[in-house]
Amino acid sequence: MIKNRQLQFSLAINEALDLMMANDKRVFVIGQGVKSPWYVGNTTRGLLSKYGEQRIIDTPVSENAITGCGVGAAIAGMRPIVVHPRVDFLMYGLDPIINQAANWNYMFGGNAPVPVVFWLIINRGGEQGAQHSQALHALFSHIPGLKVVMPSNSYDAKGLLISAIEDNNPVVYIDDRWLYNTSCFVPEGIYRIPIGRAVVRRKGKDITIVALSYMVKEALIAAETLRKVGVDVEIIDLRSAKPLDKKTIFASVKKTGRFMVVDNGWLTCGLSAEVSALVSEELFKYLKSPVQRIALPDLPAPASRVLEKAYYPGASLIVKKVKQMLRKGK
Amino acid sequence: MSKNLSKDKLARLYRQMLRIRLCEESFIEPILQSVIKCPVHLCTGQEAVAVGVCSALQKEDFIFGNHRSHGHYLAKGGNLNRMVAEVYCRSTGCAKGRGGSMHLRDVSVGMLGSAPIVAGTISLALGAALAIKIKRENKVVVSFFGDGAAGEGVLYEALNFAALKKLPIIFVCENNLYSTHMPIKDCRVSENIFEIAKPFSIKTWQVDGNNIFKVTEKAKNAVSLCRKGEGPVFLEFLTYRLHGHVGPDDNVQGMHTDIRPPEEIKCWLKKDPVLQLKNYLLNKKVISKPKLKVLEMGVDREIKRAHKFALASSFPEKSELNKYLYD
Repeated sequence: MIKNRQLQFSLAINEALDLMMANDKRVFVIGQGVKSPWYVGNTTRGLLSKYGEQRIIDTPVSENAITGCGVGAAIAGMRPIVVHPRVDFLMYGLDPIINQAANWNYMFGGNAPVPVVFWLIINRGGEQGAQHSQALHALFSHIPGLKVVMPSNSYDAKGLLISAIEDNNPVVYIDDRWLYNTSCFVPEGIYRIPIGRAVVRRKGKDITIVALSYMVKEALIAAETLRKVGVDVEIIDLRSAKPLDKKTIFASVKKTGRFMVVDNGWLTCGLSAEVSALVSEELFKYLKSPVQRIALPDLPAPASRVLEKAYYPGASLIVKKVKQMLRKGK
Repeated sequence: MSKNLSKDKLARLYRQMLRIRLCEESFIEPILQSVIKCPVHLCTGQEAVAVGVCSALQKEDFIFGNHRSHGHYLAKGGNLNRMVAEVYCRSTGCAKGRGGSMHLRDVSVGMLGSAPIVAGTISLALGAALAIKIKRENKVVVSFFGDGAAGEGVLYEALNFAALKKLPIIFVCENNLYSTHMPIKDCRVSENIFEIAKPFSIKTWQVDGNNIFKVTEKAKNAVSLCRKGEGPVFLEFLTYRLHGHVGPDDNVQGMHTDIRPPEEIKCWLKKDPVLQLKNYLLNKKVISKPKLKVLEMGVDREIKRAHKFALASSFPEKSELNKYLYD
């Protein structure tokens, strides 16, 4: 065992897949590009030679049938991981997720588990434009019966994927390609991060920032900048967009009295709206200033690098908004 | 044409078809009285497809159904009482009152589920077939869908993938000539749906779906091809629903929803699959009239008991609204 072993995000996913496939013959990976050395990053590296084409299944471009195929295999007792290397292309395959997998156990009165993982990759930036960049976790979080997880670092990427594979319910696992080259400590072997539990990423007393996925990274950078001007930020990494860990969020907001949510999805009806509503409903009397949301503007992603820069919020916007909140507060 | 079927087997096929027929007809009165409120898509007239196809399957084989799946469920061996109770949306139903008529499942006999999104369960059946292939089992999956599903893109994606991976799946298209209210000639240029499988190099046949012997024979053939690793197979069964799309009175002659020519209905009534088999059994003296009567009374009693069971069952508890969201 290497102490403090650093592992890249994409290789943490690769390791989770490898361990779970070795551990359980029911686990298999299906989706576009899983045989390719570059299509899904390094995440499927070495798996084809180890597990063969029966369990590392590259597919034609047929998102609807392939997504349903994963759901059907799960209904028949397997534990498939259906990968869509870009979330955008999954839109043809929403029916098996939303109509079938999400409803299946409930509409048959239980005893009808669908242990499938939909692994969706957000793959934005680089002037790729509107159909190569969408973050749609709010859409999936809206649907009863689904669970939605979004790791922010390598450690979580591995632990959450293992939990998702072991879960008896459909889990939407969304990761961000912008995190694929980041590294942090990742233990060897199997470990789990519980679905539906957030984590306090940084302790602070002045303001609570709730973030997830890539935005945790930006929030941490912002917190460092703010520390230098005497603002002590507490950061909560949601890890799961559904179910939401109200307990961890509420405990923090009660302590700090100020709340900001930073999301990498759109503003309207987004995850930031849901978390803000919960805080306003239940913690109104603790708030020293109005809740603050940072999210993508309600616009398709533009291509030009100049417009991209204006479109994606980052650490500097977080710093600016926190300072405004502190000025406005009681 | 029934050379390969024993007298016992013939009587069993008839019993199963009659059981589905009487069960479907038994829902009419409670629907009209609003005791049954959920949408019920009767399969009266299509019994031979369900019974013939399922007679070629083993208990361990899988099927997936659609909105009109009472027949599939019963033919695969699903529990009658629990199905009837589900149509009444009672707690003792096969989906504990969460599903209704369109959501039937009895996993103990390989009926993995029915759902009404048109073509929605085709890809699920595809996945079950993939699971069988990965596990190197010798099972077969049947996907039941209607002619309307041939308008959905996912069917073509599934045909391609099934052919590509040589999956043990039988695509069963029950062509009853109507996609809800729309005649097939208004939906497609070619009425021969079975031809859609040809470009995928899938073995495909068009079969008289009201003739139990022909259905049984082709289904057997398809199952054996799949077990030998020579699947997938596509079977189009030409048949007709004697009621409307949903409920007992939709599309009935004289109603404002009536859309089918009287001559057409008359012609198909003559081809009633249950009647056809009954006449065959009597004409060929496979079974005597008194014995047939006993059989029919037995089925009738069984169905009456199922309704009694359902009506005596409680509705689901309001306090259990949240139950079953997750496993």
